[in-house]
Order: sequence, then C-alpha cells, then structure tokens
Amino acid sequence: MAQRLAIIATKGTLDMAYPPLILASTAVSMDMEAGIFFTLYGMDILNKKKNGHLKVAPLGNPAMPMPVPNLVGAIPGMTAMATTMMKGMIKKISWPTIPELLDICHEGGVKLWPCQPSMEMMNIRQQDLIPEAEEAIGAATYLEYAAQADVTLAF
Amino acid sequence: MADTVNIKADSVLDVKGLCCPMPVVKAKKAIGTIEVGQVLEVIGTDVGSKGDMPAWAKRAGHEFLGMTEEEGGEVFHFFVRRGK
Repeated sequence: MAQRLAIIATKGTLDMAYPPLILASTAVSMDMEAGIFFTLYGMDILNKKKNGHLKVAPLGNPAMPMPVPNLVGAIPGMTAMATTMMKGMIKKISWPTIPELLDICHEGGVKLWPCQPSMEMMNIRQQDLIPEAEEAIGAATYLEYAAQADVTLAF
Repeated sequence: MADTVNIKADSVLDVKGLCCPMPVVKAKKAIGTIEVGQVLEVIGTDVGSKGDMPAWAKRAGHEFLGMTEEEGGEVFHFFVRRGK
C-alpha cells in the first residue's frame, strides 16, 4: 500500500494556502497518497469565487517585510498593499497561483475535502466550491483516513 | 553515486527558473513518458532540488544516477532511471 499524507488546512490567507497544497502535490508526485481536509477559513481555498483573491494581512504579522510600523497595517489599504507585495514575491520564484496549484493537486489525485460543519456555519454550498472538491465530510471520516496515514500535518 | 559523465538521457526536462514543488511535480509527469529502464535528465536552477530530486526518486521507486553542476554552480543536471 502506498504511503499516505493527511493534512488539515484551517487558514484562508494567501501565505497559509500554499504549504498544504505544495506538500500534497509533492506527495502524490512521490507516489504517496494525499488528502487535505479544509476547515473553517481554510474553506476559502476551495471557494471558487475566493481562491483567486486570497489576501495576506500585515497587521499582527511581524515577519512580513513591510516598510511601515506594524500598527500602520490597521489602516485601510494596507492588506491590499501587503497582498500585492506577497504576490510579487510569489511571482519572483515562479510559483503557481492557488487555483493552478489546486489543479496540479487534483490532477495528481489529491483528495480535497471540504468540512461539513464549516459549510453550514459559513453558508457555503457545494456549488460554491471548485468542481474538483470532494463531497463534504466530517471529523470521523477524516480521522478514519488519517488513522491510516504515515504523515499527518496541520496548517 | 554513479559517474554521470557518460550517462545518455532518453528524455530531457527543462525546469530552469522553477522552484519547489514544480521540479518534482514536472519530473513525475516527465518520467511517465519514458519506458522503465530509460533515463530522464532534469535541468534546473533550484538549489533545493539537489536534495529533492534524490528524495523524490527514492520514494517514487526510481534510481537516482547522480547530478552534475555547471560551472558557477547555478545550473544542475539530474539523472534519474525510471524504476517502475
């Protein structure tokens, strides 16, 4: 049986959307199985109206190399500025966009599971999600998958 | 690691300018287009690939034959024999 990677993605910011998708796409390229359980704001990564416009906030993010004091990040427009900056950094290293990376994951066989209670909490319907998303699942279904995994990660 | 000087590649993949995870993702696709026993040469500029290519080959059941570094150390050639 192939080795298995089970991931939970809980964040819907531009920076935090990359690690789960990069690790999952790499895993299937290494002939491992991989599945990602998207929950809470991580659902935005599967949301077809949102996943091309994820943002990163400078406020409370001291690692972000902004040319202004951190508190200035609270001013309107600063999140857009930080996001533009990060997109520039992403482009510089020729990373795929989030929708492109989702395509790569799906093509490689990564299971993309939305979280059922998160859908209800945030009034998200299956048709709001990319067609590559699986049907929504609950915690027990994910744990049944993760219990057979060799590597588990949470973001 | 085998001597890479005399290795003749059956297929060449250019991933110059791309970084993790793309060299591995593209190498996986490319190795599927050659026969078992044939050799894929991956040419890239991502220094992380020096670790990633052997790790990928090992886990995916292929044989990492070795690598060469062009002068200046900015371009790498990786040789992988399809194992399955």
